[in-house]
Amino acid sequence: MDRFLPLTALLALFALPIDAAQSQTTERAPDTMAARVLACAPCHGAEGEGTSDAYFPRLAGKPAGYLYNQLIAFRDGRRRYPPMNYLLEFQTDDYLKKIAEYFASLRPAFPPPVPPVDSKEVLARGEQIVKNGDPQHGIPPCSACHGPALGGMEPGIPGLLGLRAAYISGQLGGWRYGTRTAFAPDCMQIVAGLLTEVDVKAVAAYLSSRPAPADPSFAPRGSLPMPLECGSEPH
Amino acid sequence: MSRTSTGLLVGLVLALSPATASAQQKAADPAVIAKGEYLARAGDCIACHTAREGKTFAGGLPMKTPFGTLYTSNITPDPQTGIGTWTSDQFYQMMHNGRFPDGGLVYPAMPFASYTQVTREDSDAIYAYLRTVPPVKQLNKPHDLTFPFNNRSLILGWRTLFFREGEFKPDPTKSAEWNRGNYLVEGLGHCGMCHTPINALGGSKQSQAFEGGLIPMQNWYAPSLTSNKETGLGDWTIEEIVDYLRKGVSAKGAVYGPMAEVVYNSLQYLNDDDVRAMAVYLKGLAQGGPPEKASTSLPSAESSLLLSFGKSIYDRDCASCHGATGQGMPPDYPPLAGNQSIQMVSAVNSIRMVLNGGYPPGTSGNPMPHGMPPFAQKLSDDEVAAVVTYIRTAWGNRGEPVSARQANELRAATLN
Ligand code: HEC
Ligand code: HEC
Ligand code: HEC
Ligand code: HEC
Ligand code: HEC
Repeated sequence: MDRFLPLTALLALFALPIDAAQSQTTERAPDTMAARVLACAPCHGAEGEGTSDAYFPRLAGKPAGYLYNQLIAFRDGRRRYPPMNYLLEFQTDDYLKKIAEYFASLRPAFPPPVPPVDSKEVLARGEQIVKNGDPQHGIPPCSACHGPALGGMEPGIPGLLGLRAAYISGQLGGWRYGTRTAFAPDCMQIVAGLLTEVDVKAVAAYLSSRPAPADPSFAPRGSLPMPLECGSEPH
Repeated sequence: MSRTSTGLLVGLVLALSPATASAQQKAADPAVIAKGEYLARAGDCIACHTAREGKTFAGGLPMKTPFGTLYTSNITPDPQTGIGTWTSDQFYQMMHNGRFPDGGLVYPAMPFASYTQVTREDSDAIYAYLRTVPPVKQLNKPHDLTFPFNNRSLILGWRTLFFREGEFKPDPTKSAEWNRGNYLVEGLGHCGMCHTPINALGGSKQSQAFEGGLIPMQNWYAPSLTSNKETGLGDWTIEEIVDYLRKGVSAKGAVYGPMAEVVYNSLQYLNDDDVRAMAVYLKGLAQGGPPEKASTSLPSAESSLLLSFGKSIYDRDCASCHGATGQGMPPDYPPLAGNQSIQMVSAVNSIRMVLNGGYPPGTSGNPMPHGMPPFAQKLSDDEVAAVVTYIRTAWGNRGEPVSARQANELRAATLN
């Protein structure tokens, strides 16, 4: 998709009402995805780039299959965040797929990573878990599924860079406390259950300190030897 | 969405011994089954009898009421946990008279007070269809009602006050279309369950049929469908009512809140003739003429201050979609000028729209709706009150101002 389209569409949208008021004709809303998802903009940004609120995630450039799974999970209540559950409750699979593909196609710039506030030890512990796991406690390396460069894998595994620490620990907490569930078998629930509070903090600190690649590249489907089975990533 | 209802006052032990009767097993005619499926859509059985992510018609959906929580029943043909052993007579008795096969009383959250109008022939078609859906083995969850409402004998009192048993009788002085609409709206459609005010006893007030009411537990207001007093469909064309009911959007307004569920699960599946018939009937309920002028005391010095504050918020946050003069971009962005549903005495719907935003339901006639962003985190209670006051009173609208307190109270309303 033309990456400039959303911007033009937005401009058109804001130009329209004035015209409409002047001519008193009833103008239709722009027939674009950008106009259709304006309802998401206050929390995710007009191009899915995220907002200053650390808890509101970026959507742009994530794998379409992953985003689609999340939209279905919100609609059906398997992933809980009431304002989003409410907005999506009566939308069809087809439309949610189009919304997912739309955000997956956008490439707004990433904000620069926040300089880490955590100690070197904490970051080192995080890096250790992400790259090598913790065999003693049965924790698999995150990179085994999310990719050596942590860019994610088609179709359902997201990258882990460009996310903020509060969001990462919030999601790992969501799996541990059951407010976020993915298709069974829910491998992330197992992984999150193996991490201690200290591990979660370390992983979130490390991941959020790494710069995100300008153009995300996903590992091809089936290219990584996943240590656990995941319902969201069928073989 | 969990459905709610106050339509109940009662209830006790589930003394339902499974019916002894042997169900008639002769295979039904495919045309009858197809008709039954269509009628089940018109009755929106699926909305209540299917839990979120649950199996179709296996029940288990929680329905919150002021008296506790009811759980809907398994109506699949499973012989042990569903209604597999029921005969068509027993099924008709449930629909028509609100009684279980053993004579036990059914809570009026099951809309038998409307379904009583359904003809025997249509009831049999729905029965035939339900026998063909995949059986699901799932025990009914016991209701969780507070004393004394967990005593089913209380239903008897409710029935004396609110229940009039009787199949639909066509009015020979009216057109076939009007009669069809009457049958669907008052019977299977159970529209009055939300659109007729609920009185303190949890029954619908028949003297005020279709005059609108606040839906208990949900904090949504189902507007009047007549056109007296506060609002109504008086100046809607038949075409606009048909679009609204079938597509979820129209030149006059868009569907949201609990009405979105009705359109999504039920009305969008009805054929054009039937929806048109409902619209014709609803138009007939309208008493014609413009709505009575509201007696606003505006503009006092204070409320005109509120208004200019509200206008600045409107111009910044709303005009891009709803237009500088509230004309909207129908049907995608509803007009606010002249929109009766935002001028109702109750402002809950407008306040909640501003706080929570919304999407009309995705339907075959409007598969990719445009949406409205939520403003709960952007606007303070004062700002919400100001902008809602502005849209209720600008451009010739005649609603009353709202207070920051009203806005604040609705922040806590449950979303779904
Ligand atoms: C009121 C703010 C708000 C609005 C409006 C909103 N979202 Fe969200 N969204 C969130 C939050 C917060 C989360 C993270 C929720 C959690 O904790 O799981 C989220 C998560 C998501 C995710 C999952 C992201 C991931 O990486 O897992 C997707 C996809 C998404 N939103 C899409 C949308 C779309 C599409 C819309 C518009 C139809 C929308 N959101 C509107 C706040 C919002
Ligand atoms: C067995 C494969 C696997 C392993 C190992 C794994 N993940 Fe995941 N991860 C997934 C899948 C699949 C998803 C998508 C789940 C869904 O559909 O909601 C996911 C999603 C996530 C998300 C949500 C991202 C977002 O945008 O909301 C986070 C955060 C995450 N994983 C962190 C981790 C961390 C940290 C580790 C290492 C401790 C890890 N994962 C190890 C498979 C894995
Ligand atoms: C507004 C919600 C609602 C709708 C719509 C609804 N039902 Fe029900 N139904 C209920 C509730 C609640 C019960 C349980 C009542 C009780 O326990 O007294 C019930 C019970 C039943 C039962 C009794 C089953 C048993 O074994 O307990 C049958 C049969 C039934 N409904 C059929 C239908 C059909 C057919 C439709 C559509 C034409 C329908 N219902 C629509 C709420 C609803
Ligand atoms: C579950 C409760 C519920 C049921 C059942 C229900 N409605 Fe509604 N209805 C509402 C609510 C709440 C609104 C206000 C929200 C809106 O305008 O979309 C509404 C709005 C409407 C409107 C728009 C009125 C206006 O002035 O804007 C029409 C027309 C309507 N309903 C018709 C029907 C018909 C016909 C049925 C039966 C087939 C029905 N409704 C059943 C809750 C309900
Ligand atoms: C991005 C476009 C957009 C913006 C901005 C927007 N709205 Fe809306 N508005 C909509 C859409 C779309 C609907 C229909 C939503 C639905 O059906 O769920 C709607 C519905 C409404 C309704 C319900 C109308 C009815 O028929 O009852 C009200 C009231 C409303 N908006 C007020 C506002 C106010 C006040 C603002 C500014 C604070 C605003 N809107 C900003 C798009 C928008």
